[in-house]
Amino acid sequence: MTEHKPLTGRARPDRRPHSLDEWRKLGGYAAVERGLKTLSPEQVLDMVDDANLNGRGGAGFPAAKKWRFMPKSGQSPGDGPSYFIVNGDEMEPGAFKDRVLLEAVPHQLVEGAILSAYATHSSEIIVLIRDAYRDAIANVTRAIAEAEAAGYLGRNVRGSGFDVKMWVHPSAGRYIVGEETALIEALEGKRAVPRKRPPFPAQSGLWGRPTTVNNVETVSCVSHIVANGAQWFRALSCTEEGGTKVFGVSGRVNRPGIFEAPMGTPAGELIEQAGGVSGTGVLRCFQPGGGASGFLGPDALDVPLDFGHVAKAGSMFGTGTMIVLDQSACPLAVIARHMAFYARESCGWCTPCRDGLPWVAQIMFRLERGEGRMEDLDVLRETVAIAGPRGRTFCDLMGGAMAPLGTGLARFGDLFEAHVREGCCPIARQYGRTAA
Amino acid sequence: MTLSTDLRSAITHVMDHHGGPRAAMLESLRMIQQAHGWVCDAHLEEAADILGVSNAEMEDIATFYSLIFRQPVGERLILMCDGASCYLNGGEDVRDAVMARLGIGFGQTTPDGKYTLINICCVGGCDHAPAAVIGRDRKLVGPLTADLIDEILGEAAK
Ligand SMILES: Cc1cc2nc3c(=O)[nH]c(=O)nc-3n(C[C@H](O)[C@H](O)[C@H](O)COP(=O)(O)O)c2cc1C
Ligand code: SF4
Ligand code: FES
Repeated sequence: MTEHKPLTGRARPDRRPHSLDEWRKLGGYAAVERGLKTLSPEQVLDMVDDANLNGRGGAGFPAAKKWRFMPKSGQSPGDGPSYFIVNGDEMEPGAFKDRVLLEAVPHQLVEGAILSAYATHSSEIIVLIRDAYRDAIANVTRAIAEAEAAGYLGRNVRGSGFDVKMWVHPSAGRYIVGEETALIEALEGKRAVPRKRPPFPAQSGLWGRPTTVNNVETVSCVSHIVANGAQWFRALSCTEEGGTKVFGVSGRVNRPGIFEAPMGTPAGELIEQAGGVSGTGVLRCFQPGGGASGFLGPDALDVPLDFGHVAKAGSMFGTGTMIVLDQSACPLAVIARHMAFYARESCGWCTPCRDGLPWVAQIMFRLERGEGRMEDLDVLRETVAIAGPRGRTFCDLMGGAMAPLGTGLARFGDLFEAHVREGCCPIARQYGRTAA
Repeated sequence: MTLSTDLRSAITHVMDHHGGPRAAMLESLRMIQQAHGWVCDAHLEEAADILGVSNAEMEDIATFYSLIFRQPVGERLILMCDGASCYLNGGEDVRDAVMARLGIGFGQTTPDGKYTLINICCVGGCDHAPAAVIGRDRKLVGPLTADLIDEILGEAAK
């Protein structure tokens, strides 16, 4: 399919979505029809398992593994539905990949969601979409209505005996809503504060019912796996992890954009596709997967970008949307903006995050202005040690925030010290404040 | 002020079809805001009444979400991205220019009630950085430059 770009190959450049008829002419809904009528839920699940589909929302958890925790129909305790939730909250700094999938190819998401609900024995699908994505909200809502009218949603889907409902829940700001247990709280009409785990959502999620949450891109892959098979999906990738990836490249590049490419495509190739490094034209560093991923240097341009390889290289693949810094961009300034973001978006539940992040942000801005002290660096290092990746906070917001800070301190220790010693940003002095 | 019949029935519809009264709280607030620009006490209380939840529960939700406005906002809303990719492309220069032109900072409304300026995290337009979303339809605009301010303000008027 379209040069091996199954997810974005059919998207129109202006992102105008297809009507149901147009989508069916492009092969749409065939996998739904066939999947529900000829495959059991377990067979769909096994296909997704064999395809090695890892979650695209940030953590890279294998989709099928998560799905296997869902009880089979009739085997869940008590009465009520199981829920399949699509996470379209996308607010991570530098992340803009789900937007195109929601806006331009909403029927692909509906197809994927129906099959995912079938495999997880869920009868209600909720798509949460952030407020700023109004076109996405409208386009997915319309696609759902069309699918319902054509019998792909509702009672007894296309005569298969499977019942499923689907609707959109528009959100209204706050990054923490994207954390899956906070998202479940949000859907219950509460303040979106993360829940304690266990119990995991598959045991007790929305309204206490079995629930699975997956990212928009993860779900968008599912109909392709059912249509073309697990082997085909794995073969799309350069590595063990299956599929293509909707990469993003932004920051200091000449032609920032979304690039669907084989999973495992190295950063160097993607930066090239994005027209090369802008500004000075010389790469200083990059974050491979959004604001909460650690910095990598020019030595990592050949690392295959997938969850396993990027973790081994000392960062996190996260959302797969890269932020690029050239020589004239100061990593301290970027970290300061990230810290201000995470501090603002903290839900306020636990102290290191609620009180620590604003403090860290203040220190970073002070350092950037050249007003920092050497002791500040100790405070930053201590904070990373206490709350760093897999640290002692209630959810991963704080740990994620510590990734750029911790890797920044480790990689650019000299630069931090130079800001203190010289009483100014040495990079800004050389190149100007926001030279691009 | 009371809610229109249309809004009242839309709220009931969401409650009946999308997971019950609690699940419908945020959507009710959003619909009220879309129609009136912000959510006043009387509207919040009326929606709580339709849903059968307390005013305090409704307020709990209204105050948690950063894009539910509990005070009047200008006719023209400008949500400027303060994410890293926009910063790296000169977003703060544009921010400073917009602030200087309007004479207000983030979270403020011009004295004539026309413009409200708010900072917002990455708006998913990093390929158009520096970017903003404007107006009630959250139209994505970018790449912005300081000389484009008049256009931005014009777009926000739509
Ligand atoms: C603070 C925070 C914000 C998150 N925001 C999102 C988001 O906007 N979209 C998303 O898909 N996952 C987000 N996640 C990850 C989700 O918790 C969850 O792991 C993901 O939706 C699961 O989908 P996947 O397995 O398909 O990746 C966030 C996590 C944290 C800790
Ligand atoms: S780490 Fe931060 S966002 Fe997560 S629960 Fe604690 S206070 Fe809330
Ligand atoms: S950082 Fe501004 S749109 Fe993404």
